[in-house]
Formats: sequence, structure tokens, C-alpha cells
Amino acid sequence: MRRGNLPWRLIVSVVLVVISLVVIIPVKQKIRLGLDLQGGSHILLECVDTPEAPVDSDAVKRVVEIIRNRIDQLGVAEPVIARQGERRVLVQLPGVTDPQRAVEVIGRTALLEFKDENGNTLLTGAHLKNAQVQYDRFGRPVVSIAFDEEGAKLFAQATTLNVGKPIGIYLDDNLISNPVVQEPIMGGEAQITGGFTLEEAQNLAILLRAGALPVKVEVIENRSVEPSLGQDSITHGLRAAVVGALLVVVFMIIYYGWLGVLADLALASFAIFFLAIFISLRATLTLPGIAGFIVTVGMAVDANVLIFERIKEEYRAGKTWRASIEAGFNKAFHTILDSNITTLIAAVMMFYLGSGPVRGLGVTLTLGIICSMFTGIWVTRALVDFFAEWIKFEA
Amino acid sequence: MELIKNPNLNFVGNRRLAYTISIIIIAVGLISLLVQGLNYGVDFVGGTLLQFRFNREVEVEEVREALEGLDLAKSTVQRFSPQEVIIRSPKLSSEEQDEVEKILGEIFGEVELVRVEDVGPAVGADLRRMAVTAVLVALLGILVYVSIRFEFRPGVTSIVALAHDALVVLGMLSLFQREFSAPVLAAILTILGYSINDSIVVMDRVRENLALRKKGETFGELVNRSINETLSRTVNTVLTTILPVLALLILGGEMLRDFSFTLLIGLIAGTYSSIFIVSSLWVEWEERKPLRR
Repeated sequence: MRRGNLPWRLIVSVVLVVISLVVIIPVKQKIRLGLDLQGGSHILLECVDTPEAPVDSDAVKRVVEIIRNRIDQLGVAEPVIARQGERRVLVQLPGVTDPQRAVEVIGRTALLEFKDENGNTLLTGAHLKNAQVQYDRFGRPVVSIAFDEEGAKLFAQATTLNVGKPIGIYLDDNLISNPVVQEPIMGGEAQITGGFTLEEAQNLAILLRAGALPVKVEVIENRSVEPSLGQDSITHGLRAAVVGALLVVVFMIIYYGWLGVLADLALASFAIFFLAIFISLRATLTLPGIAGFIVTVGMAVDANVLIFERIKEEYRAGKTWRASIEAGFNKAFHTILDSNITTLIAAVMMFYLGSGPVRGLGVTLTLGIICSMFTGIWVTRALVDFFAEWIKFEA
Repeated sequence: MELIKNPNLNFVGNRRLAYTISIIIIAVGLISLLVQGLNYGVDFVGGTLLQFRFNREVEVEEVREALEGLDLAKSTVQRFSPQEVIIRSPKLSSEEQDEVEKILGEIFGEVELVRVEDVGPAVGADLRRMAVTAVLVALLGILVYVSIRFEFRPGVTSIVALAHDALVVLGMLSLFQREFSAPVLAAILTILGYSINDSIVVMDRVRENLALRKKGETFGELVNRSINETLSRTVNTVLTTILPVLALLILGGEMLRDFSFTLLIGLIAGTYSSIFIVSSLWVEWEERKPLRR
């Protein structure tokens, strides 16, 4: 900047900081937390072939629908249910505190069958219209079911033929109740009493309402975190981030004096830009993501170290303060670019090939490197140019 | 402030010592890898991890005894925090998980299952495949980039140094039996990308110095001068990255312990190899089959 010129770099930097602040405040509400931080379940299901029901694309589609139905009935806010690849279904349930129950409700085939004494299937849950939890006269939870029209006919027929004999009620081939038919039931309604706990009865009602899965599914991955543990992670992560950043800030001031203070200001703008872009991209913050951010705080000042060392060197070689600054920024630029690009290659690889924590770290690292190049070079330059008038250089 | 004033250390001249130190550390790691192997987490090999929180302090032994009745022969119990333990086991069904929770509840009073990680073998296999692909593609990308921007030879020696860093990290992970999980893999990939930065700073200076070469200076001397000239920035860039990693290791909580441990070892190994290995190998290569004199 020449005397009299407007410090346009600084003005642009300040404007960007202000815009970013508007984007990120209030951070707590705007940042999307991963399941490992807010608590919840991440469940990956895979449809598997059985001799009776081989998997095809249509079946997987129906699996997704039925699972969505079941989850809606569990009352989870903002669930994610998505098909992944050919046979996999990803389910993410934020805030779920009882992952076992979720797995039981989601992963069950839930094929309900009524069989006679000889094991012949009389009718199945496909003919159900509704299923609800009720209490019998002893106050025990039971599941009362209502058949559709055809089901009612079939059920009437079945109970007429089997008076005085038991009809077995099977769920996924497990006998859950084996009542003896007292008299033909014509109304198309029945009760399943299986000595259920309330939760078991509720689960069964949900399963029966949402319908049976057309193929067998297996839970191949389940990662669940209790919200309190997620909160612990946030607390620890934040503490480490604050202390880590402070250590860097102090180091820069002790080592580089006034230039260090300017680098620290640039570092603050790095954190603000980083968060602003992170939030704008609607990225999800995970625990490895926090760790990645902490690491990039350390990397972010690397550019400044390279520049300042270069400035010192040029100054020692006999250049003026102003010429040293100019040369320092110019000559360090390529070094910074080259060294950052190799880190970027690794970060993009993680982001592109990875999943879960690897991908999470890849995202924050990529973003961190890009932001830090900007703040380390551009913002620092703006500050150094502006304050060079007032600050006496100490090599 | 100045930590190192006009250093003039003979890195290239003492390279045999540096190689020896590296070889010893890697050998110790390799022996550990052969003898006790890596402590793979459920991410890689599949299985079930359950983390329980109690409302009082418990000892690992107590929990182990409590679980004796169950068929959990291959499981391990580990302390996570004074009131929390982690149980790792081959895959448990959700009924079996319920049973573990019930038995612990009967013996210790209130228990809370705060974390479940249940990974099937297919998912573990996916992660292993991804790990290998990511490492290879990242290394290749770095080799290509460095070869284009600099020269092929330093590109190759940089990759050798990265392999060195990765071996040191894997060896230490095995030696201290840290859990090798997906985040640890991510940390290793980060190290591969980051630890080459310091090598680049040196190579950059070598390139610059080659243009203004002093009379009678051998290539080895020129490289050594370049390392010395860039020494304080090499040390400082690493220090500023190590400081937050230390904060993470000490304050970041148990969940990030292995991750930060990996990063710390990797940063140290990476700096060491940037200063002592990359350029020395380059000099070695030049002296045997000179491209320039």
C-alpha cells in the first residue's frame, strides 16, 4: 500500500469477516452436529437373499418405504433413510436413546402368520388394516388387530374350520401365541396376547402397521451414541480447541512479536471464515471433524511462519523493512502453495474415498487448508501492509 | 526471539547416523508388528463394542467377573474413565447386548449403555479396501505433484520418507497397542499429506540455491546449506502444529486419544525425515549417479 491509497485489502478482509459473522451467529443453532456429538444411531442394513425371497431392486425400494413408515411411528425427529448402493439402506436417527429398540423395530422382517395345527398358513399380516396396543381385563398389554376385507373373510373361514383347535400366531417363524378358537370370529378383529411387556406390544403394533419387509435384512453396522456422551465429546473437543489455539497464539507472539499479533488476528479470521463456509455448505460437524479443525489451526499459521522467516532473512541480508516485507510475501508464496497442495491431495482423497470419520476429517481438512491459504497470505498481507507504518520491525 | 541462530549443522555429513536411528526405530516397530500385531478396532475387523457408564467407580476386574457367566470368552474389558468401561467382543446380537446390560445392572445397580459400535465383517472389509486405495492414491498423487513441481528424484525420496513415517507410526501404534480405528487411519492419511510440507520447504530452497550456486560448492554442501537456512521455519511450522495436537492429546478426551497419539508420532517422524532423510537420500542418489555436479 502506498501512502494515501486506500487499504483495500484490509477493507475487503473486514467486510468478509463481518459477512461471515452474520452467517455463523448464533453458532450453536446453525451448526449441524453429527450423531457422535448430538447422540443418536447410525444403522446400516443390507438386504440378503433367502431361498424364498431373493433381493431385487423393487424389494429394496419397498424396504426403504416400510422402514420409513416404522421410523415415523417411532417418533424420531429428522431421520435419514436412504438407499446406499444396490442392497444397502442407511438409517440415521438423531437423538435416539435406545438404539437396541430402534434396531429391533427397523431390522425385523415382521412376517405375521396364522397357522393351523398342521402348520398350514391360513393367512398373513399382509391382510392387516390396523394394529394397536390395548389392555386386556387384567391390565396386560395386548395387540389388537383389524383385518382388511379379504383378511376378514379368510379369518372367518379359518376360525370356523378350527373351532376347538389352536391357531398359532407366528412372527418371523417364532410362535408368539397359540390361542384355542372358542367360536368363529366374523368381525375381522382379533387380539394377540403374548405375555408382552408394554414396549414389546408397542413394537409389535408398529411392525404390524408398517407391514412386513419383502426380503430379509441384516444390520451390518450400528453405531449409537448416548446424547450425554456426545455432550462430553463436545466439551472435551472445545476445551482442546481453545487451549490449542491459545498455545499457538502465544507462541506466535513470543516468537514474532508484533508480526505474531497480526498473524493471530489472521488466525481469528481463519476460524471465522472456516465456520462460515462450513455452515454454508451445510456440512456436519463430527468429533474427528473437531479434531481436524484443531489440527488446521496449527497448520493455518504455517504460512505466516514461512512468510515471517523469509522477511527476517531478507532483512538480515540488508534490505529495507518495506522491501523485506514485499520479498517475504512474494518469495514464500510458491513454497506455501506447493506444501499445501500435497496436504490437499491427501485431504481430498479422504473426503472422496472415505466414509464416516475418515470423510469427516477430509472435509474439515480440505476446508481448513483452503481457508488458511487465504488468511495466511491475503489477510496477513492486508494487516502487515496497514500496520507497517506504525510498527517498528524487530528482526 | 530466536531459537536457533544461524545454524550450521552437518545434516548431510552425518546422514549415516540418522539412517541408523531411523532403522532402529523402524526395526523395533516391525518386531512389535510381527510379534503382537496391530490392535485393530471393530471398525476394521468387525465385532461389537459396548460402552457402559456406572453411577460409581468400577474396576475392570469387577466387570470381568460379572460377565463370567456369559459366553464372552473372546471379549476384552477396558477402562474408559473411572465410571465407564468398554467391552469389545466378536459380534453380539441385540438380545446378547441386552443380556450384558441386564447382568451389569443386576450387579452394579444403575448402568447406562452410552455407546454401541456394531460392525459387520462386510463393513470392515470395505474400510480395509478404502484404506489401501486411499493410501496408494494419495502417495501416487504426491509423487506426481512433487515430480512435476520439482524433480523426479526428490519426489521419490519424499515418498521413501513418507513410507518411513508411516512405518514409524504403525510400529508405535503396535508397540503401545493403541487401537487402530477409522479415525487413526484418517490421522495417518493426514500425516502423509502434511509431513511432506517440510520436505517441500527444503527442496524449494535447494532449487532456489541451485540457481545462485556458490563456486566450488558440492551438491551435498548446497543441500546441507539449504536445510540449515530453512531449519527455523521447519521447526516452527511443526511446533505450531504440535501444540494444538498436544492440547488434543491431553484435553481432547478418551475418544480422541489414539487419534492424537497417531498425529503426534507422525508429526515428529515427519519432521525428522524431512530434515534428516529426504535430502540426504537425494544427495546419495546424486553422488552415485550424478545428474548435476
